[in-house]
Amino acid sequence: MSSMDLITLFDLPTGQEGTVRSGPVAADGETADHELALRLFEIGFIEGERVRVVARGHPGGDPVAVRVGNTMFALRRFEAERVLVAPLRGVVA
Amino acid sequence: MSTANGSLRLALLGNPNCGKTALFNLLTGSRQKVANYPGVTVDRKEGQLTTPSGKQFRVLDLPGAYSLNAVSIDEEITRDVVLGMLGGEPRPDILVCVSDATNLKLNLRLVLEVKRLGLPMVLALNMNDLASKRGIEIDVPALARELGVPVVRTIAVKRGGASELISQLDTALPDDVAHPPVWLPPDVADVTATQREVRRILAATVREPALDTRFDERIDRVVLHPVWGMLILAATLFLMFQAVFSWASVPMDLIKSGVQAFGVFLTEQMPDTILRSLLVDGIVAGVGSVLVFLPQILILFLFILALEDSGYLPRAAFLLDRLMGTVGLSGRSFIPLLSSFACAIPGIMAARTIANWRDRLATIMIAPLMTCSARLPVYALIIGAFIPESTVAGVFNLQGLVLFGLYVAGVVSAMAVAGVLKLTVAKGLQHPLMLELPSYRWPHGRNLLLGLIERARIFIMRVGNIILALMVVLWFLSSFPAAPDGAVGPAIQYSYAGMLGQALEVIFAPIGFNWQISIALVPGMAAREVAVGALGTVYALSATGDDVAEQLAPMLAAGWSLPTAFSLLAWYVFSPQCLSTLAVVKRETNSWRYPLLMAGYLFALAYGAAFVTYRVALALTGG
Repeated sequence: MSSMDLITLFDLPTGQEGTVRSGPVAADGETADHELALRLFEIGFIEGERVRVVARGHPGGDPVAVRVGNTMFALRRFEAERVLVAPLRGVVA
Repeated sequence: MSTANGSLRLALLGNPNCGKTALFNLLTGSRQKVANYPGVTVDRKEGQLTTPSGKQFRVLDLPGAYSLNAVSIDEEITRDVVLGMLGGEPRPDILVCVSDATNLKLNLRLVLEVKRLGLPMVLALNMNDLASKRGIEIDVPALARELGVPVVRTIAVKRGGASELISQLDTALPDDVAHPPVWLPPDVADVTATQREVRRILAATVREPALDTRFDERIDRVVLHPVWGMLILAATLFLMFQAVFSWASVPMDLIKSGVQAFGVFLTEQMPDTILRSLLVDGIVAGVGSVLVFLPQILILFLFILALEDSGYLPRAAFLLDRLMGTVGLSGRSFIPLLSSFACAIPGIMAARTIANWRDRLATIMIAPLMTCSARLPVYALIIGAFIPESTVAGVFNLQGLVLFGLYVAGVVSAMAVAGVLKLTVAKGLQHPLMLELPSYRWPHGRNLLLGLIERARIFIMRVGNIILALMVVLWFLSSFPAAPDGAVGPAIQYSYAGMLGQALEVIFAPIGFNWQISIALVPGMAAREVAVGALGTVYALSATGDDVAEQLAPMLAAGWSLPTAFSLLAWYVFSPQCLSTLAVVKRETNSWRYPLLMAGYLFALAYGAAFVTYRVALALTGG
């Protein structure tokens, strides 16, 4: 799969499954960004993990409620945009 | 092993939502002490545990943390205590890592991170009942072998659910390390490696069927729905608000009349001396003014604790996050702010549920702008005296409209102040949310009860004594010196409070306050509604209680100009003079800086708003 197919977690349509594809490179950048990326790794948004957006806040679809593993986290837009995902086809609940 | 008075220090640590506090409650029962860690307002909860063989433990419930690589004050405290770096807090002799057995994928990473420190530790697999129910099979001996630490199962919400842990603590414990542990902030490679290790251990020791999320998701489809979710939230908040007002009114009246009756009793029993005045008007009235808040605080926290325990509160925060985010607050600010409509004190205490310190501070700072119930008597008095009971546009009662307008003015200024804070203090910062929305579960009665007792204790022991002290000071100011013989005016006019009020008139004259109002504002510092009674005293009324307002209204209508009345209303939207609020802010922020800042900005806004109102009203009425 080319990197062209990757979207941010924020852009993943509600109900559709995706696979996290943000590698260690996601943690590059300024200190605050680095800390944020590390924390996202720590709570489970790591390479290969299945994720699904369960619900969205309003207005603007922000924040997003994301299921990752056995946990659900609410992430604000700037947080969800740090996670790259490859959407899986055809599983829109 | 180091022992302090024969007991070992045990610290519980774990992810948020792992049932750690419930386990703490089970281990220590009601033998708990709640204080603050030095310099910060993170709760420090310690309890006592005695094992069957007589071993004594001092159990510390550390704040929930996802990682030792802290991103919040709570997590910093946890890290520093574990490493023995927090001043005045000796390193624990043994760590009990608490993990949610139904969510080891998330929880085990912290366990590995802590294990690497090489400190004596035990892993407690909590919520073991739920894990069995979900068909999760954990090979405990294999997990213990993989981790190299003892592993026990616990069920924190069941009597006897900690027996495995307790017998583990009763056996020989691993020896403490000679050298203090070393911890370095991890980099990406470390975190990735640890996560890989977590997955390897899980694959080797845990068999779990795919999580059945249908139940939770069926609820969430409604609860997190943009329309239904908001309606449910509104209904919940409405119920909570109603309860705080209506359920609390009976016990509040009982406390009020009980305190009053006790005061009357003392008055009859004792000779008319200064001591009697101090006891009745100072101390008894002061204790009463503290206790009267208690029913509202308990009811409010009963709701908050139950909503938190059930998993609903984080979802409410999720729903409101974007809305509150426009002025730089988080969804979690909503309940504290709503509570502040009853009284800012429980509201500011409820801000403890906001993990992010900056969000919490912003919420505390704007809480007094929500129109609290103590302002109603003042509003009612002035509106009753000056606003005609006419109908506007055929349906609206003019008096009601003015009252509504005053509430809106409070909310709008709160949002404006929050917005200014966002643009100045917190400029350019992106606030993280990263809020876990845990599985739904029934609130647990015992934990609710212990939580309520804890809140009540904090309020009475730590806020109460400041309020009481202030009440005694105010009593002194209003009673001394006594009126000279043959004085014609009311006694308060000759007291320090009276002198202060008259001196303040110079400051308040530009906003249209006469000396009577200025004096009434001084005892009004105790609680906002006291100003009504104080006005009665200043205008030398003999009536007491509710009759004061009735008799006072026509006198004010005759004595004050319309601009003065409007100016006082505008002043009360901000009313910076509530000392109880400032006392609780001092308590909750652990510093004089924020209460002083709050008093300063509220005073500036109150004065400015009253000035503009007075001048505009003067110009319009041709004064």
